[in-house]
Amino acid sequence: MKKAALLTAIAMLFSAPAFAQSSGDLLPDLDPAGISAQPVETTMDDGGENGPLRGTVTDDSAWQDTGIAIPAFATNREQPTPANSSGTTALGQELARVVFNDLRNNGLFRPVGPDALPRPSYEQITAPAFSTWQGRSAEMLVQGYVRAGTDGRLTVGCYLYDVALQSELAREGWVVLPSEWRRAAHKCADLVYSRLSGESPFFDSRIAYIAETGPKDNRIKRLAIMDSDGANHRFITNGRATALTPRYSPDYRKIAYLSYTDGNPRIYVYDIETRQQVLVTESSNPTFAPRWSPDGRWILYSMAIGGNTDIYRVSASGGGTPMRLTDSPAIDVGGSYSPDGSQIVFESDRSGAQQCYVMNADGSNQRRISFASGRCATPEWSPRGDQIAFTRIAGDFNVAVMTPSGGNVRVLTNGWQDEAPTWAPNGRIIQFFRSERGSGDSSIWQVDLTGDNLRRLQTPVGASDPAWGPVLP
Amino acid sequence: MNRIVIALTMSSVLALAACKKEPPEEIPPAPRDVSTPAPTPAPAPRGPQPGSQAHFSSAMAGADTIYFDTDQYDIDATDMAALRRQAEYLTQYPSTRATVEGHADERGTRDYNLALGERRANAARAYLVSLGIAESRLRTVSYGEERPVDTASTPAAWARNRRAVTVMID
Repeated sequence: MKKAALLTAIAMLFSAPAFAQSSGDLLPDLDPAGISAQPVETTMDDGGENGPLRGTVTDDSAWQDTGIAIPAFATNREQPTPANSSGTTALGQELARVVFNDLRNNGLFRPVGPDALPRPSYEQITAPAFSTWQGRSAEMLVQGYVRAGTDGRLTVGCYLYDVALQSELAREGWVVLPSEWRRAAHKCADLVYSRLSGESPFFDSRIAYIAETGPKDNRIKRLAIMDSDGANHRFITNGRATALTPRYSPDYRKIAYLSYTDGNPRIYVYDIETRQQVLVTESSNPTFAPRWSPDGRWILYSMAIGGNTDIYRVSASGGGTPMRLTDSPAIDVGGSYSPDGSQIVFESDRSGAQQCYVMNADGSNQRRISFASGRCATPEWSPRGDQIAFTRIAGDFNVAVMTPSGGNVRVLTNGWQDEAPTWAPNGRIIQFFRSERGSGDSSIWQVDLTGDNLRRLQTPVGASDPAWGPVLP
Repeated sequence: MNRIVIALTMSSVLALAACKKEPPEEIPPAPRDVSTPAPTPAPAPRGPQPGSQAHFSSAMAGADTIYFDTDQYDIDATDMAALRRQAEYLTQYPSTRATVEGHADERGTRDYNLALGERRANAARAYLVSLGIAESRLRTVSYGEERPVDTASTPAAWARNRRAVTVMID
């Protein structure tokens, strides 16, 4: 019965040439404010000197064990705000909770959150009661404030203090729309993280992924997006057609993903603002495995002609003739640009089994890089350029990293089937998805480059195919 | 051992073909050889419409599906026999069109499995075309690992899921 209905649908769609596609199975009710990628305005209106301090951290080696107190952010005046039904005082508590969870959930530092700490007054934000915090064995102190402006926008300030030295290490402030209050908290967590670790920030970023529900033989797969901490979760497709393998454009304005909406596997480029999508290329052949170039100008896709899959490149702005980058009779698939856009790492079974290869961005100079034991699949170049993450298939499927020349392979996970790594914008954390043997239930996990800090991301339903975007502007 | 079995099968096929020469029934004969007798057109008056998916599926009795080894897409002797039965049916009902669906097991990465399903569907389609079925009557689609028929995570289940299935377009 179900099969008959499905076949009817396929037959109907078979004859319909679809290039531009409007609604279809796209959900209409996205709140654009919540998914915009507008730059956050940085403010320095707090008197005092100028801008965050820069310098070296006194004790680099032990920063991961650093105790950090993060009390509730203060407010100058209790005011109503669309960001919190209880007003700015309650919002201050929520802001500190977001900072706390960012720093705690990634296994970095030993933070203590606002629910276990006294609340500083507004005046104390710039003049901390250091003796109080020394008594609590806090080494670092993060304080902040939130003010609601007359235009409704929120000003959020964030200060990092060294408690023992009784000195300010960093400060920054942001003006945000009430709907984007969490971004100010992520910016604060990023400030603390990057100041103490010396690494680049990554919390203020988003993830596109596939939400999965239903039994294994009739699974519903929907395109969804969320913030890096799982908040602001939204479905983009309604699940009528299977959606797979999304990738955010570097500016977060578009998502390239695979959909069976016309009965065939095809890559669509979905515009978040207009909620329209177009085929990545006008072809009756199946297209899959979309990837953006770091500058957003190009999209890589894999296309099968007569059963033979090769990698192509097309202008992301539409139009133009696609350029074929590989031409072997084997399966050449995927692809991930080096950060400077000059090279592409991809996967091919031309040797008889899946292995990883590097080529120049124009397809020249193709050479195999993976020679360690096991197979190499789904390679992803780190945004820092120093590592390539991949799915290592050696019995089980695990996430591993290697250098761009294929050396120094390190296996980071040990699940039954861990696959499809995607890098945090700072190249220090990797997300992937894990499938359970039997049920096939999938979930998104993340691990740092040591392999020590592994955790599962909380998602409303099953989750696969994560794709981490860059830090928001 | 295998070789002997194949040789025996071949000779019996030849014998069958030889006996079957005379009456060119009203149906046009299958293009190349006639390894198996043409499926007697089920004359059930209340049965499914000839040429429909239900009719095809029941007439094939399992021969609508061929199976592959891990990461492979070659058509072996068993697959050829099944595809010949499909070709006979398609020849018998020349107005039908079919989709060849390519599938992979769950023990692969997603993009690779999509490409592998394409390979398998195209291998089956190419064999049907070699038997004289017009290319325009056969489309392919890869479902990768997305549509398992057996949901267990065992080698036996994976073997059942590595398949190409021919489905009538009703």
